[in-house]
Amino acid sequence: MHADIFDRFHEAESRLHRLDPRVKVVVTLLFILSNALLPDGAWAAFGLSWLSLLWANQLSSLGVDFTFKRSFVALPFALAAVSAIFSPQGKPLADWSIGPLMLVPTDYGLVKFGSIVLRSWLSVQAAILLVAVTRFPDMIHAFEHLRVPAVLTTIVSFLYRYLFVLTDEVMRLLRARESRSATVAGLRSGRNVVWRAQVAGHMAGQLFLRSYERSDRIYHAMLARGYAGQLRTLHPHVMKSSDWRFAAFSAALILFLQLLGRL
Amino acid sequence: MLYSPAPMHIPDGFLSLVMSLFFWGVTIVTLAIAISKTNRSLGEKQVPLMGVMAAFIFAAQMLNFPVAGGTSGHFLGGALAAIVLGPWAGILVMTAVIAVQGLLFQDGGLLVMGANIFNMGLLTAIVGYGLYRSVMGRSKGARLAVAGLAAWLSTVIASLLVSLQLWLSGTSRLEIVVPAMLGVHVLIGMGEAVITVAALAFIEQTRPDLLSEEATAARGGSGWVYAGVGISLLAVLLSPLASAFPDGLERVAEDMGFLEMGRPAPYEILPDYTIPFLGETALSTIIAGAVGALVVLGLAVVIGQSLRKQNA
Repeated sequence: MHADIFDRFHEAESRLHRLDPRVKVVVTLLFILSNALLPDGAWAAFGLSWLSLLWANQLSSLGVDFTFKRSFVALPFALAAVSAIFSPQGKPLADWSIGPLMLVPTDYGLVKFGSIVLRSWLSVQAAILLVAVTRFPDMIHAFEHLRVPAVLTTIVSFLYRYLFVLTDEVMRLLRARESRSATVAGLRSGRNVVWRAQVAGHMAGQLFLRSYERSDRIYHAMLARGYAGQLRTLHPHVMKSSDWRFAAFSAALILFLQLLGRL
Repeated sequence: MLYSPAPMHIPDGFLSLVMSLFFWGVTIVTLAIAISKTNRSLGEKQVPLMGVMAAFIFAAQMLNFPVAGGTSGHFLGGALAAIVLGPWAGILVMTAVIAVQGLLFQDGGLLVMGANIFNMGLLTAIVGYGLYRSVMGRSKGARLAVAGLAAWLSTVIASLLVSLQLWLSGTSRLEIVVPAMLGVHVLIGMGEAVITVAALAFIEQTRPDLLSEEATAARGGSGWVYAGVGISLLAVLLSPLASAFPDGLERVAEDMGFLEMGRPAPYEILPDYTIPFLGETALSTIIAGAVGALVVLGLAVVIGQSLRKQNA
């Protein structure tokens, strides 16, 4: 079985897919920055941000609800912001006593909580759309153009390439563990938690050595093919006038969002 | 589901812009140093090695083990990477892992990635390698025990820092987020410690050359030891203080201008965790923290010993 579940690229023929990856990366980062800059309670601006996201979804021809359906990954983290509801600032809205606890939600706190969750939800959707319409190597190439050091982008490219290979390795290890671990229904199998964690640790050690030795072989294979410390690409990205137009339009839209949020 | 998000990756929107940019700044400076160090001391061969090692950390995070009641422990790997690859390479490897988790799986945001790299890459490397290096000439049991302690501490310290960042951003209330994050990660860290120790014991047995004293010493200077021990001590003293006396910490932050919403809380939400017979003093909470650290160290020693006997 091959672990290709990690590929988040969705093949399609669309305006967004054809766009230069640099434009996509920069516009996504600007959009996330714009969410962070919008003040608490700028509902109109948040709403318009969401509409522009829907419009981008439409442009990607993956369906208007494409990112919405996948947008709940960061939701569990919203728990961390729940305590903001009970901010001591603002007007108290209620007075809940649960045993020894006294919880006082305030209007300021509710606005703060809502804004935090909205910002996170919008930002996550932008990132989802970015990886859905951009091939990963193209995206890394874009980061290279944007002056991210070559050492880092090369490590990330290798990580992405060998992720699939090593995931297959992990699946083999997991399958081996499963086939060693016979269970009888109703009886406790295996030993205590420490022992189980030790087994997982030995698997991690095994995986480490296999990866380490594989990287040696990879390096020699690359040397034999003329590797000189730099990954090269046969895909030179050139900005077309339509790319510039899209970039300018997005920048103007984000500027407008900021103005709207501050009115 | 092979890939499950860990509660340590902060998504976008949860940190204030100032916090995000501050940690991006610190992270970029550290990464620049790490890149120039690895460029100088290691050959071109190191880059493919680090790439495959980054894929290893990523893949190893899928190795979960059942704990109880349907939950499973899993592995972050920062301490292990720093111990076997050295601190600078460990930082770069963890940076790549966090970058791909954020970009590809939206596990952790992009604007807050600087903070995520700082918490899970930089701190874990300093604590992991620093503590391990301090005992590099010692017996195998001692080294494994300290590696386990370092793995546990690096998880706990990272979670403490996440809570402080959330609090300084005005996202969470200090008296809630610190005990909640620490409570979860004290347990997660134990799994981290056991896996790290077992993995190191396995590597030591099959490839002792990778963990020899010379190899360890060559990867970083003795400054890492001071940094690692210093940060660990600071965290052991700070975390009980932060969970027992949020008001005190809040006042300090307000005086230093960190916080605009540092008003005293008009309510009490969580009872303080203290040692009963010592009463509610700063001393008793600090002792509680120290006892916790000692218990983990003791556990790690026992596990290290039993592993050594098995291997002998």
